[in-house]
Amino acid sequence: MPSSPRDRLPGGEMLRMEGISLAFGGVRALIEVSFDVREHEIRAIIGPNGAGKSSMLNVINGVYCPQQGTITFRGKVRRNMVPHDAAVSGIARTFQNIALFKGMSVLDNIMTGRNLRMKGTVVEQAIHVGRARREELENRRKIEEVIDFLEIQSIRKTPVGRLPYGLQKRVELARALAAEPSLLLLDEPMAGMNVEEKQDMCRFVLDVNEQYGTTIVLIEHDMGVVMDISDRVVVLDYGRKIGDGTPDEIRRSQAVIDAYLGVAH
Amino acid sequence: MTPSRDTLPGLLLQQVQARGDRPAVREKDLGIWQVWTWRQVADEVRAIACGLTVQGFGRGMHLAIVGDNRPRLYFAMAAAQALGGIPVPMYQDAPAAEFVYVLKDAAIVYAVVEDQEQVDKLIEAAPQVGTLKHIYYDDPRGLRNYEGIVALDELQRIGREFEAAHPRFFEEEIAKGSADDVAIILYTSGTTGRPKGVCQTHGAFLVAARGACGFDGLNPRDRVLAYLPMAWVGDHLFSYVNWLVAGFTINCPESADTVMTDLREIGPTYYFAPPRIFENVLTQVMIRMEDACALKRWMFDRCMAVARRCGAQVLDGSPVPIADRIKYWLGSLLVYGPLRNVLGLSCIRVAYTAGAAIGPDLFRFYRSIGVNLKQFYGSTETCAYTCLQHDREVKLDTVGRPAPGVDLRIAESSEVLVRGPMLLKEYYKRPDATMESIDGEGYFHTGDAGFFDEHGHLKLIDRAKDVGKLASGTLFAPNYIENKLKFFPHIKEAVAFGNGREMVCAFVNIDMSSVGNWAERRGLAYSGYTDLAQKAEVRDLVRECVEKVNAELAREAAVSGSQVHRFIVLHKELDPDDDELTRTRKVRRGFVSEKYGTLVEALYEGRTVQHVETLVRFEDGRTGIVAADIRIETAQTFGAAAPAAG
Repeated sequence: MPSSPRDRLPGGEMLRMEGISLAFGGVRALIEVSFDVREHEIRAIIGPNGAGKSSMLNVINGVYCPQQGTITFRGKVRRNMVPHDAAVSGIARTFQNIALFKGMSVLDNIMTGRNLRMKGTVVEQAIHVGRARREELENRRKIEEVIDFLEIQSIRKTPVGRLPYGLQKRVELARALAAEPSLLLLDEPMAGMNVEEKQDMCRFVLDVNEQYGTTIVLIEHDMGVVMDISDRVVVLDYGRKIGDGTPDEIRRSQAVIDAYLGVAH
Repeated sequence: MTPSRDTLPGLLLQQVQARGDRPAVREKDLGIWQVWTWRQVADEVRAIACGLTVQGFGRGMHLAIVGDNRPRLYFAMAAAQALGGIPVPMYQDAPAAEFVYVLKDAAIVYAVVEDQEQVDKLIEAAPQVGTLKHIYYDDPRGLRNYEGIVALDELQRIGREFEAAHPRFFEEEIAKGSADDVAIILYTSGTTGRPKGVCQTHGAFLVAARGACGFDGLNPRDRVLAYLPMAWVGDHLFSYVNWLVAGFTINCPESADTVMTDLREIGPTYYFAPPRIFENVLTQVMIRMEDACALKRWMFDRCMAVARRCGAQVLDGSPVPIADRIKYWLGSLLVYGPLRNVLGLSCIRVAYTAGAAIGPDLFRFYRSIGVNLKQFYGSTETCAYTCLQHDREVKLDTVGRPAPGVDLRIAESSEVLVRGPMLLKEYYKRPDATMESIDGEGYFHTGDAGFFDEHGHLKLIDRAKDVGKLASGTLFAPNYIENKLKFFPHIKEAVAFGNGREMVCAFVNIDMSSVGNWAERRGLAYSGYTDLAQKAEVRDLVRECVEKVNAELAREAAVSGSQVHRFIVLHKELDPDDDELTRTRKVRRGFVSEKYGTLVEALYEGRTVQHVETLVRFEDGRTGIVAADIRIETAQTFGAAAPAAG
C-alpha cells in the first residue's frame, strides 16, 4: 500500500560553492572545490580523515572565510559569510564534538536554538517579563513539536551532561531544528553510535527532510548510511574534490575507490 | 430519552448527562495536559462511529485496535461498541507475525491504529490475513506517502457530515444494544498454546466494574493513569469500564518512557500495576539511594527500619505503641512523604497489583511507606474480577476473599473454580475450548491451584497443570520456587525443573539494571548481558540468593523437598520476541525446557560446563546467534527433609 517513502523532488539550486580554497598558513585544507546543493536534497560529503570535510561545513556557515572562491546562497553571492548571517539566512548545524550546554536541561538547550526568533532584550529575558515572557510561551510550542518529532519527551528536563552520547546527538539535532532551518548542516551525526542508534538517527534525518522539506548537507563516515540516505555525494581527498554524483556513481568511481582503499605503487 | 444503563456506550451518554462539562480524559501532548470533557468525548466517539458507518462497519463486525493508550483509541473502542460492533484490542508491542494469528482468527476487516509503526506491521501482515481492508491511524507522522489508509481526522470529518444528515443515528444505534451483546474480544496471552479470543458481554463487564467500583468507593473525583496495554483485561476494566461506570478521569501518558513523570504530575488516586512495575520502581529507588550521600542514606535506613516495624500496622489502623507512632510521623515528614511524592503515589487511596505473585519485601515496602497496596485475583475469562482484598485484611500470601457476586469453590484437584455473572460468554470460534473450561454446573475452571486459609482467604500456589511431583513423590510447585527466586532484586526470571525428576534444578536470568549497578560499584567491567551473566562473581551472587531460598523452603514441610540443587545463570535474557515469555511476561515453561534441552540435561547429568548456541531475534526481525560456554553451579541445600543431591 505505501508508495516509496522518498519520492520528493529535489528542487533548483540552493547553494553553490565555486572554486573554494582555504589555507591555514601553509596547510591547504581546501583546494578549488566546487559543488552545488539543490533544494530539498540530502547531500553527503565524504572523504578520508583530514580530507577537508569539516572545513567545508565551516566555510558554508561562515566560521572560516575562504581565501578564494564564492558562495552563492539562494542567488546571493557571499564573500564573507559570518556565522550570525548564516543563522539568520536559515542555516543551522550540529557539531562533530557535541557542543551543548552540559549543565542546562534538554529543554533549555533546545530553547537556545530559538534565540534568533526572540526579540526581547537580555534584561527582559533575564527577569522574565513583558515581551520575553510572551515570546517564551510562543516558542515553547515550537520546541515541544521538535521534542515530539525526535521522541525525547522523557528527557525534557534532564541536564544534558547526564545523557548518553547518542541522546546528546539527538538533542543537538533538536536544537538545530528549533531554528526551523532551510539548510541543515550535520557534522558526523552518527559517529560513535551503535547500530540501533544509527538506525534511529537515519530515520530522523529522513523524516526531517521529508516532513519539513529541509535541505541537508551531512558529513558521515559510515558508507552504508551515506549510500542509503543521500541523494548525491561529494568526495574530498586532501582538500580536492575527487568525485561528485549519485551514490551509485560514487560507488563505481575509480578515483574514490583508490582514495579509500589506497593505490598500489 | 434516558440512555440505557445496560451497555457501555449507554453509560457514556449517561455520564454526559450527569457531568458533561467535567474532565473525562486527559492526554499529555506537546508537553501540556490536554483535556476532553465527557461531552467532548461523546462528540469524538459519535464522529468516529458515524464515520465507520459510512465506511460500512456495522453490527457484529470486529474492529482491531492497536497502539499505546491514546484517547482516540479508547474513543474508537466506544464507537465500535456504540454501533453494536466488537473491538478487538491487540498487544501493540507484538511483531507483525504475531498479529497475523489474531487478525485472521477474528477475521478483521477494519483496524484503528496509533501510528506508522503499527500501520507498517498491519501492512506487513495484511497479505497473510486477506480480509484486512480498512486501516485508520491516529498520528499522521511519517504516513504522508502511504496510500489506501485513512487518518482518524478524515474518518471523523466523514462522520460529522453523515451526522449532520442523520442527527439521531448515534443514539438510536446505542439504544439497539443490549447487555447480552458481546462487548469486546480480549485475546489471552497464550501461556499455553495459541491465544484464544475471550468474548465478554457488556453485562459481564458491568457486573465486574460495578462490584469493583462499589468495593473501593470509586467516584467522579478519582484520577487514574491509563498506561497498561489496552489488550490486557486489567486495563480494560480499570481504565475503560470502571471509567464509564464511575465517571472518573483517565489520564494518558505522553509516551511509554514518560510514565513515571506523568504519574507524578497526575498523582492518581487509584492505581493498578503488575508487580513487575512496582519492582522496577523500587529497584530505581534503591539504586538512587545507594548513590546518595551518607547522611541521606543513614536517614533513609533509619526511617525504613521504623516503617518496616510499624508502617503496615499504622496503615491498617492497628494499635501501635506511642513511641513508634511518633517515629513514624517523623519518618513520614522526612522520608515516606517525599518518597511517595517522587513516585507519584501521594494521592493514592487504593493501589492494586495482580497478574503474578508479589515479593514479600516489595509488598511490605509499599505498605510500610503508607501506600494502600492490595492484591486481587482474576483472569480475562472473569473480567479480572474474582477475589479482592478488603482494607485491613491485606495479607501477603493470599489474594483475599471472593468478590461480591462471585461463587468460588476448590475442586478436589485443588483447582480453583468460579461461577458468576462476570464469566465469559465463550471463546471465539472455539466451542471445544469453551466446553472444556466451563463445566456442566457452570463453573469456570481457572487452571490455578489454590486453597482457602483459615480466614476464608484464597491462597494460590501455582498453575494447576504445573503442579507436579518429584520422583520421590513430594509436591513440586515450580512457580512457588521461581517466585521466591524472583523476589531478589538481582534475579529477573527463573525457571524451575523437577517434575518426575529426583531433584529440583533451575535456570536464572539476572536483572541487568540491578546486577549491572552492583558490578559497577565493584569496578567489575563487562560488555553486555551475556558477559555479565557469566562472571564468576555474579554466579556467586546468584548462588547466595538460591541458598537463601533453599533455607526458606527447608522450613516449610510441604515443599522442603523442592530445594534447588543445581542452577544455571542463562547467557541470554528470556524474551517474548523469542517466544520464551508471553506478551504479559510469563515464562512459557514447556517451550523453554525444549529450547534449552541440552542445558536441562547438563543440569541433571552432573556436568559442570556446557557449550550452547542460541538463536535470538532482534527488534527489527533479524536473527543472530548467541554462543556461550555455560558453567553449571551447585547450591547448598538444607534440612533432613531434602533428598540427597544427584
